[in-house]
Amino acid sequence: MNKYLYMALMALTMALVTYLVRMIPMVFFRRKITSRYINSLLYYIPYAVLSAMTFPFIFYSTGNYISASVGTAVALFAAYKRRSLVTVAILACTAVLCAEGILLLF
Amino acid sequence: MDNSLSFKRGLHDGIPIALGYFAVSLAFGVTAVGRGMPWFIATLMSTTNLTSAGQLAGLGIIMAMGTVAEIILTQLIINSRYCLMSLTLSQRLDGKFRLTDRLLCSFGITDEIFAVASAQKTPVTRKYMYGLILLPWVSWTSGTLIGGLIGNVLPEIVMSALGIALYAMFIAIIIPAAMSDSHVIPVMLISVGISCALTFIPYLNRIGEGFVYIIAALVSAAIGAYFFPVSENEDKGESADE
Repeated sequence: MNKYLYMALMALTMALVTYLVRMIPMVFFRRKITSRYINSLLYYIPYAVLSAMTFPFIFYSTGNYISASVGTAVALFAAYKRRSLVTVAILACTAVLCAEGILLLF
Repeated sequence: MDNSLSFKRGLHDGIPIALGYFAVSLAFGVTAVGRGMPWFIATLMSTTNLTSAGQLAGLGIIMAMGTVAEIILTQLIINSRYCLMSLTLSQRLDGKFRLTDRLLCSFGITDEIFAVASAQKTPVTRKYMYGLILLPWVSWTSGTLIGGLIGNVLPEIVMSALGIALYAMFIAIIIPAAMSDSHVIPVMLISVGISCALTFIPYLNRIGEGFVYIIAALVSAAIGAYFFPVSENEDKGESADE
């Protein structure tokens, strides 16, 4: 299959699945979920997913491990200080930029 | 500013979300072309998916030539949180929501849009929802487009710095959650442990990137739900946010 066609079809498949996940509960289910276990599972899943997506992959997200570690440390600290999503992202990017700039000097 | 939930009020409330999305989707566009995805596919993905974590996972799977089953399962698991948000929000909509409105508005359920909409004191109107979704969606799409177009001409050091943006945003979501609910901490640690194991241990690391998230998230959340069930009167929809 053509490489771009494959990518486009995969992107649209993602879109369809994501849309159905959002649409079906809003259109068809109007009742509350009563199972305590299911509710708890749904409560933990976002954090579990985001944790697994972030670690260890954040350490590969920049040019090298050192700048990635600096960026991660800054992000963790800013998040601990309860900065907004955008602020944390900007601070981490700036930290990586500074770290890589300094590394270039050596 | 009038207090009724008008279209204009929705647009207004959507501005900060749109600004944040622009920065993050710019980073996504840059990351996508950096990994070899053309800008038009990245933009197509953003305009049709409108989700950060799902798209980042999808990007990894697509560039590794993953299977359809892998991408469907990954999106189901990663985006399962929208199911709960949609369900929660559907009970706060006013009586004028028609089927078409539900079909259209459900497309725009994201963590941030859900958080703002569900925080309203009065039942949410359809005009407000359309207003609230419009700017973040336009900004998510255009940010990816611009990021994808300038990605290849940006200096390598800037590309490298933007690469961490989405991950930093995830940290900004999980750390405050761990601070306000200590039961989230073991779930996160188990999830990270499984993710690392499936990434670094020989043979185990042959598993696709998407399946790493699925296994890590399902196992750790199942353990969390078993040992630390959420109390009935807690509003999980809102606490699962920000």
